[in-house]
Amino acid sequence: MRHIAVLQFPGTNCDLDTKYAFEKLGCNTTVVWHKETKLPENTDLVVVPGGFSYGDYLRSGAIAQFSPIMQAVIAYANSGGKVLGICNGFQILTEVGLLPGALKRNIGLHFISRFQTLKVVNNSNNFLQKCENDEILNIPIAHADGNYYIDEEGYKKLEENEQILIRYCNEKGEPIIVNGSVTSIAGVCNSTKNVFGLMPHPERALEDILGSEDGVKMLEGLIA
Amino acid sequence: MTAIVNIFLKEGVLDPQGKAIHHALDAMNFEGVEDVRMGKQIVLKLTATNEEDARKEVEQMAEDILANTVIEDYTIELI
Repeated sequence: MRHIAVLQFPGTNCDLDTKYAFEKLGCNTTVVWHKETKLPENTDLVVVPGGFSYGDYLRSGAIAQFSPIMQAVIAYANSGGKVLGICNGFQILTEVGLLPGALKRNIGLHFISRFQTLKVVNNSNNFLQKCENDEILNIPIAHADGNYYIDEEGYKKLEENEQILIRYCNEKGEPIIVNGSVTSIAGVCNSTKNVFGLMPHPERALEDILGSEDGVKMLEGLIA
Repeated sequence: MTAIVNIFLKEGVLDPQGKAIHHALDAMNFEGVEDVRMGKQIVLKLTATNEEDARKEVEQMAEDILANTVIEDYTIELI
């Protein structure tokens, strides 16, 4: 059985949804308070869930990066451990430098909360191994700061190393502007492909009755 | 001593909030505004008395947390 550690900061609000999601997929899940300095032993995956850690003060994710547990997460990631950041978790992982780029205020300044079609760009990684390239997924988004920025040099590296995971698209799979992200990027991974970040919420798309089951194959890739 | 840290998005990084303010100013018929950039200001009261030390310390703060240097530039003013 896989052991998942879900981090919880003051202001995190997707910790229990994320716990529910991985338990539904048959995992043993522990919620870890940010003041802890160690991850549970035998952790197979760390998830930094969505929410508004520290009320998004200063910048989204800026304060959370200095919580005690983050040192353990950095060490875990640097030794090859798998880490997934969803929404605010993605913002925290860019702030702490585990993922390249940064997330700015949405181009239209609105908080966007809706189902969004996404196109799988690279499945050559654990996270998206159960998806096909160019496959279109339907997953909810809910964010104000999802406008992904990276400079040209960084972008080249992302492309060359197949680090772009997904892009926002329309139902035909054509890229669309949702929040102003560079080339409509919705998620990326690090160069060693063990740290993943995305703005959409796969943990909210596990059941047809809630609108989509497409999140299942995303999360299953990480626990395969 | 007081340190004033001004933080702005880098030149070339699109500033959606600045753009929205610019649009509003246009709509209100304020003419002659070429560009609007929106930033934030952080004011720190320091115990330091030596300006050089204070600047070094605040620079470190700006690099480590106050600014995200991937997208932001900062200036430090000591008074």
